[in-house]
Amino acid sequence: MRVVLLLVALLLSGPVSAQTVVGDAIPQSLTGEPGDAARGRAVVANRQVGLCLLCHTGPFPEERFQGNLAPSLSGAGARWSEGQLRLRVVDAGRLNPATIMPPYYRTEGLERVARAFAGKPILSAAQVEDVVAFLMTLKE
Amino acid sequence: MRSLPAIVSAGALAVFLVTWAMAQTADPRRSGYQEMGASLRAMQDDDSANPGMLWVGEGRALWARREGAAGKACADCHAGETAMAGVAARYPAFDAATNRPIDLGQRVNRCRVEQQKAEPLAPESRELVALSAFIARQSRGQPIAPPDDPRLRPFVESGEALWRQRQGQLNLSCAQCHDDNAGGRLAGATIPQGHPTGYPIYRLEWQAVGSLKRRLRNCLVGMRAEPYAYDSAEYAALELYLMSRARGMAMEAPGVRP
Ligand code: HEC
Ligand code: HEC
Ligand code: HEC
Repeated sequence: MRVVLLLVALLLSGPVSAQTVVGDAIPQSLTGEPGDAARGRAVVANRQVGLCLLCHTGPFPEERFQGNLAPSLSGAGARWSEGQLRLRVVDAGRLNPATIMPPYYRTEGLERVARAFAGKPILSAAQVEDVVAFLMTLKE
Repeated sequence: MRSLPAIVSAGALAVFLVTWAMAQTADPRRSGYQEMGASLRAMQDDDSANPGMLWVGEGRALWARREGAAGKACADCHAGETAMAGVAARYPAFDAATNRPIDLGQRVNRCRVEQQKAEPLAPESRELVALSAFIARQSRGQPIAPPDDPRLRPFVESGEALWRQRQGQLNLSCAQCHDDNAGGRLAGATIPQGHPTGYPIYRLEWQAVGSLKRRLRNCLVGMRAEPYAYDSAEYAALELYLMSRARGMAMEAPGVRP
């Protein structure tokens, strides 16, 4: 059992798994499983993990410092489908090549990545799914 | 109650005058000083409250100290407290010996090695930062004046290319923050335009004075990009580009920044 868990962890932290983009969305879960919204909220609010609040505001009354470089995350789950949010988080550059939003689940085409992060996506596939599940709860 | 002249030092007044002159011509450029709150600006303006002046004082002492096999002090060859007036405002400069630009710290080390016959000071060492602060203080209020040296032009251009290059795990360029989003808020911090007016600066986050390279290194680490080596051509090119971008803005060293 422990061996199996370790294998899964290695797979998730390794190069990113393939994703199928359909139009402006990635309809399929990256892990094949639904994400966990509560864990997703923690990722989004964490400045070292999700980094989202460096640029975005959102419904996080406990977070004093939020950025103003991007639209509020409030209502994202009403404006976009799950698949659209997934592509946005995976690689926003596919929607807007000039975007400042980092590609959270891409390792190709990046220059001079610091050694500690080389070859790793910013978020794991499971974290992306958790974030998408959380964004889907933001209906207003 | 302190009198106004004691609080507004001559240097701060000069900074104010250059800033004011720029405002008259509607220069859109803003020093990081202008993005700070009143208390940090007051800390920079008052030499008795500016922690950077501690380093300036240490630099003054080092300036007068005999060093190396030649037994010479900087002061033996460069006379007076104002021998270096205007010098920091025109570095990096072209160095014929290495065929590339060198910054102020590297120029100081050139004299350490060739004139004093001493070991070079380590990049970002307390002594090198202190000597640089002492030298840069003598340019306070003067306009940034990068040399019009045609040999520097390719390096200014490569510095600008680095400025515009996306890099790091976050895939950002310096320009995306400091040109496109300056004045915006990155979490709690206002993004400054990124002008090298105050260097070396006392940074509250460091609790110390540091060079422009140390500041650039912080941004690279934030972008999750591999920082350049301290004496690399990349830093010299970026510093040179920043100085040309800030041409005419007032020097403020030692600046205070959050
Ligand atoms: C460096 C800044 C930055 C960071 C960090 C960032 N974003 Fe964004 N994001 C943007 C910008 C700017 C936009 C606007 C569209 C564009 O320019 O691509 C955007 C757009 C979005 C949108 C669409 C908003 C709408 O409703 O129109 C969503 C959803 C989103 N981001 C989610 C996230 C999440 C979740 C994270 C963290 C995992 C994150 N962003 C991190 C800058 C950022
Ligand atoms: C994600 C946005 C972002 C990126 C990308 C970025 N910076 Fe910065 N930079 C900042 C912020 C925010 C500050 C101010 C930090 C503070 O006040 O605590 C800053 C400060 C600076 C300063 C100091 C300005 C002053 O007033 O003293 C310089 C110079 C600078 N950056 C240069 C660069 C360079 C060169 C790059 C590219 C290698 C870069 N930055 C990339 C956000 C960024
Ligand atoms: C033995 C004499 C000597 C000593 C000692 C010496 N220097 Fe110099 N320094 C020179 C000479 C000569 C030049 C070149 C002057 C020129 O190019 O006009 C120079 C140039 C410089 C410059 C560049 C000035 C410019 O206008 O570009 C700096 C900065 C400098 N020295 C700093 C220092 C510091 C700091 C020390 C002590 C650590 C020091 N020097 C010790 C002789 C000396």
